Amino acid sequence: MSDSSISQGAAITLNKLTKRYGDATAVDAIDLNAEPGEFLTLLGPSGSGKTTTLNMIAGFVDVTEGEILVDGKPVYALPPHKRNMGMVFQHYALFPHMSVGDNVAYPLRQRRLPKSERGRLVADALNKVGLSNLSHRMPRQLSGGQQQRVALARAIVYSPRVLLMDEPLGALDKKLRDSLQLEIKRIHAELGTTFVYVTHDQDEALVLSDRIAVFNQGKIEQVGSAQDLYERPSTIFVAQFVGESSLFHGLALDHQGGKGVLSSDRTLHAHRGDARSGAHAAMVVRPERIRVQPIDGVEPSGNAVRGRIIQEIYLGNSRKLEVELGDGSKVFVRESAGEVTANRPGDRVWLTFLPEDAVVLTTNESPDRPQLAADVQVPVFTSN
Amino acid sequence: MRKPVARMWNGALWLFCALVALWLAAPSLIVIPLSLTDKPSFSFPPTGWSTRWYTNFFQDPSWVGALASSLQVGALVAIVATIAGTAAAAALTRSAFRGQQTVNAILLAPMIAPVIVVAVGLYALFLRANLLGTTLGFVIAHSVLALPFVIIPVTASLNGFDRRLESAAAMCGANRWTTFRQVTLPLVAPGVISGALFAFVTSFDEVVLSLFIQSPYLQTLPVKMYASVTRDTDPTIAAAATLILGLTTVLTLTITLYIARRNRVR
Repeated sequence: MSDSSISQGAAITLNKLTKRYGDATAVDAIDLNAEPGEFLTLLGPSGSGKTTTLNMIAGFVDVTEGEILVDGKPVYALPPHKRNMGMVFQHYALFPHMSVGDNVAYPLRQRRLPKSERGRLVADALNKVGLSNLSHRMPRQLSGGQQQRVALARAIVYSPRVLLMDEPLGALDKKLRDSLQLEIKRIHAELGTTFVYVTHDQDEALVLSDRIAVFNQGKIEQVGSAQDLYERPSTIFVAQFVGESSLFHGLALDHQGGKGVLSSDRTLHAHRGDARSGAHAAMVVRPERIRVQPIDGVEPSGNAVRGRIIQEIYLGNSRKLEVELGDGSKVFVRESAGEVTANRPGDRVWLTFLPEDAVVLTTNESPDRPQLAADVQVPVFTSN
Repeated sequence: MRKPVARMWNGALWLFCALVALWLAAPSLIVIPLSLTDKPSFSFPPTGWSTRWYTNFFQDPSWVGALASSLQVGALVAIVATIAGTAAAAALTRSAFRGQQTVNAILLAPMIAPVIVVAVGLYALFLRANLLGTTLGFVIAHSVLALPFVIIPVTASLNGFDRRLESAAAMCGANRWTTFRQVTLPLVAPGVISGALFAFVTSFDEVVLSLFIQSPYLQTLPVKMYASVTRDTDPTIAAAATLILGLTTVLTLTITLYIARRNRVR
């Protein structure tokens, strides 16, 4: 507490953590751990269980099954105010009747620190968030970004070993979000505290995190570094939630060491994949890894899929092409500003990509996906 | 074309509102000239002016005693009803239990139940418990009536209170009682203060219950006035009424202004 000015983050372990509300399972037996001093992000759409998980760690939500260990010790018996964790909320939750200084001093007041030391620590914390001269203002006199900095100062002032953040930038505009992200990253590096950060914004997760746990329907789909998730997604959900993905649907085939999926009328090859032979699967490729070339008689070798450009989206530093495939599904291709091709909407084109940029993943049978005429052609084309 | 018509309707609306206001306020305001008459009887309009009835009020120990009793009982009721009502409102707004509606209805019942019925029942009870004519008896009886007037504004304040602040306080290391004292209570203070005011005023002008549980040794001001109007019928009662009117008006205005100022500052 007070004496840990050089605070070391705590390790957090979640074992088969489960939360049920009646028949509904909000968090479904998840296993997850955060290393001391790590920046761990819980990423997922709303209702995926990430906030419930955070609230169980904080102690606001009772655990149905499983356990939470902080430095190996279970915390189920501790109410929130005894867990000694800091927390930053989406809507700041500053005490409106207290000045900025009193807000930041509040955790120290609860810990009965002498006034002089309080003053020093408050000044220190406000300094860290860049608000050293606003101590006498009331929260309502501050902008949203400033209020969230105060909330951050209040959460770190007593050097907690764990800092929980619940979509802290959700209420701010894009520019402010970007600058505060960098500041949070800097503060994390300075403090050495374990951060557990909840967000639904994948860009934010990529910028901030050491590791990201992707939540979906109460389960964790994948845990890994930003690079792991982006370059080696292990499920279709992760591929689509973290960054953009273009999906080529078909049936999985074991093929020459790699995994192939049949799409439309060609066999495609990928260097990675987990789909069993014969399973419904999709080849996942990042839009910036796909090249577009006009159909001009010569069939490209390697992975190539026929399609028709239906829309062009100008994005400044790049352009995005929406391409309709033979099976009726649509994929995106991204061309960065320096390498824009002459292809226009309406053109029939080849989409090509390298096997090392593709991964084959099992799809859930989803009724909204067009039924593939190609599925029945599997035996015909596999001898390619 | 349409403007004169609109203006006429506007004028009619003003006139109507003024009439309603007059209708509401006139009976109360009429005690002011009545209390300043120089005649030893009620005469309206007064034929001459004097402050002798105020002098009479403050020189008669039974009037001053009744005023003191009223102030004392009112203050105690404000304290008791505010604490109990705030606790009840807090419990009712932040928990969901079986029979919550029923509990709520019972707590608010004194507002609807015929006072005379409550008075008869209370008289029987107090007779057994030896509470007739005691300060404690008055405080208990008036607190029952005042409770709903605390619960309603405090509940409204609590419903507008952002409970995430309590979570924030918990994460800062404050236990639930500390959180309530240092975060919740200061922020719902306007509701609590208006509840306390309503409780005081409810007690201060309560007459029916008080008539039943009074004794010659302990009378509140409204009881004394009632006795005076049936026995003496001199304008001292008008002076007393004017004092009550003045006191409650000043109290209400002060608190209303205080709360308005607070809300503007926030």
